[in-house]
Amino acid sequence: MLRDITLGQYYQADSVIHRLDPRVKLGTTIIFIISLFVFHGVGGYVAAAVFLAMVIKLSKVPFHFMIKGMKSIVFLLSITVIFNLFLTPGQPIFRLWKLTVTQEGVRLAVLLSIRLGFLIIGSSVMTLTTTPNQLTDGLEKMLKPLNRLGVPVHEIAMMMSIALRFIPILMEETDKIMKAQLARCADFESGNLIRKAKSLVPLLVPLFISAFRRANDLAMAMEARCYRGGDHRTKMKPLHYERRDYIAYLIVLCYLVAGVVLGKLLPILLGSVVA
Amino acid sequence: MGIIKVRDLVYEYIRRDEEGNVEGITTAVDDVDLDIEQGDFVAILGHNGSGKSTLAKHLNAILYPAEGTVWVDGKDTNEEKYVWDIRQTAGMVFQNPDNQIIGQIVEEDVGFGPENMGVPTEEIWERVEESLKAVGMYSYRKFSPNKLSGGQKQRVSIAGVIAMHPKCIVLDEPTAMLDPKGRKEVIRAVRALNDVEKITVILITHYMEEVIYADKVYVMDQGKIALQGTPKEVFSQVEQLKELRLDVPQVTLLAYELEKEGFAMPKGVLTNREFVEALDQCTR
Repeated sequence: MLRDITLGQYYQADSVIHRLDPRVKLGTTIIFIISLFVFHGVGGYVAAAVFLAMVIKLSKVPFHFMIKGMKSIVFLLSITVIFNLFLTPGQPIFRLWKLTVTQEGVRLAVLLSIRLGFLIIGSSVMTLTTTPNQLTDGLEKMLKPLNRLGVPVHEIAMMMSIALRFIPILMEETDKIMKAQLARCADFESGNLIRKAKSLVPLLVPLFISAFRRANDLAMAMEARCYRGGDHRTKMKPLHYERRDYIAYLIVLCYLVAGVVLGKLLPILLGSVVA
Repeated sequence: MGIIKVRDLVYEYIRRDEEGNVEGITTAVDDVDLDIEQGDFVAILGHNGSGKSTLAKHLNAILYPAEGTVWVDGKDTNEEKYVWDIRQTAGMVFQNPDNQIIGQIVEEDVGFGPENMGVPTEEIWERVEESLKAVGMYSYRKFSPNKLSGGQKQRVSIAGVIAMHPKCIVLDEPTAMLDPKGRKEVIRAVRALNDVEKITVILITHYMEEVIYADKVYVMDQGKIALQGTPKEVFSQVEQLKELRLDVPQVTLLAYELEKEGFAMPKGVLTNREFVEALDQCTR
């Protein structure tokens, strides 16, 4: 059923990660992604893997939900891996027809797949444990300082949350219009790409008209309920940092330090073992 | 002065062509007077295009009169400084339940009005709880509005208005898009508000069955008030109502036809019970 579509991929559970302030989760995700590209060497990735495993464990979200996110980028990932594998110049390992696989190529390909994989899993953890609503709230509060520069932060957040609210409604509407047009012998399936695109016109025009009508109604309803922008507004669910949020920030800091230190230390340690 | 007072209200929709020249003027509301007392249940009837929705939008300062004056709780809607006060005093519920729910969770939507008014957080929660309880939707507070039925959505919209603590609620065809079950739910909730919370209710509708509980009924036609009075007074004028392209409730019509055939039926029978009693009287 179209009605049941929830945006993002929120997984309902009661965990520490779910209860964290959305700002912490947003910030951590960004820091985590940057750290993946800044860390060098095996040590950094070991730290990232440990950190990620810990967060997943705490979030109580089954692991296969994270993997689901991976499926969508398997294609992209394999292309980057193949290109890196064959097209990186360096010391050749073996030849496959005209293509040479090099040592550097293997190294880069492995590194990249680890980076991308961690990146996807890391951001899935955030979207799986945060409702779209909390996310917009978090963004609004985080970006508040930009208000002074004339960025309409509240308005953007409001637009985002209204868009989220109306996506399922418009989906249902699309379905309805499609059926109505099919009943009158519209053909959305056959023909080449251009014909298919053309056949979408009788679907899109009524959809747009109805969307504008809805927008008009909604604006009137919001005004009738005294909506007048972000000033003077109070919040029903204001965001407050609590003790667990500060602890979370502390853990993230520990992770960063560990990543840097391990990144520097591990090669030396490994080197001494090999020697 | 009552909660709402309207004098000589005129409103025109002006159609313009692409250059902005006036193509035609439709007078939607034409010289209307209205007096509504605090605590009343008032129904405004009319077929499509009779101007009833336009009139409703004046009571919430969404539209401003072209001529005449509208006072809500003693405040003139033409004065800009009162706009927010008026919108808070006279809450408005619209026809399409989907297009007036802003929140993604029921309780958040009900909190939207109080948030806009700058009510402190703890009080918002209290208001949300009491208004959801008043319409019988408290157990659905964590639901997404998309998973509710039409009648339930409309009750959430009503709760969203009550949470602003209005003195008066204007409902603009709140049941037009609902199935019979949803219609009953909504009307029951509205009547409870009027009986228990003593909120003034102005119900705009074209369903006759919904107005029999009203204290006063106005019938609109072509922007003017054609008939007014208690439901009994209005529905005893079956011929005039037919001329205005309005149906009377089935029992009323039956009693009227019986009376025409020579039975001693009273005028303006509104409910089944009344009808049975009247029939009992005249067969004795």
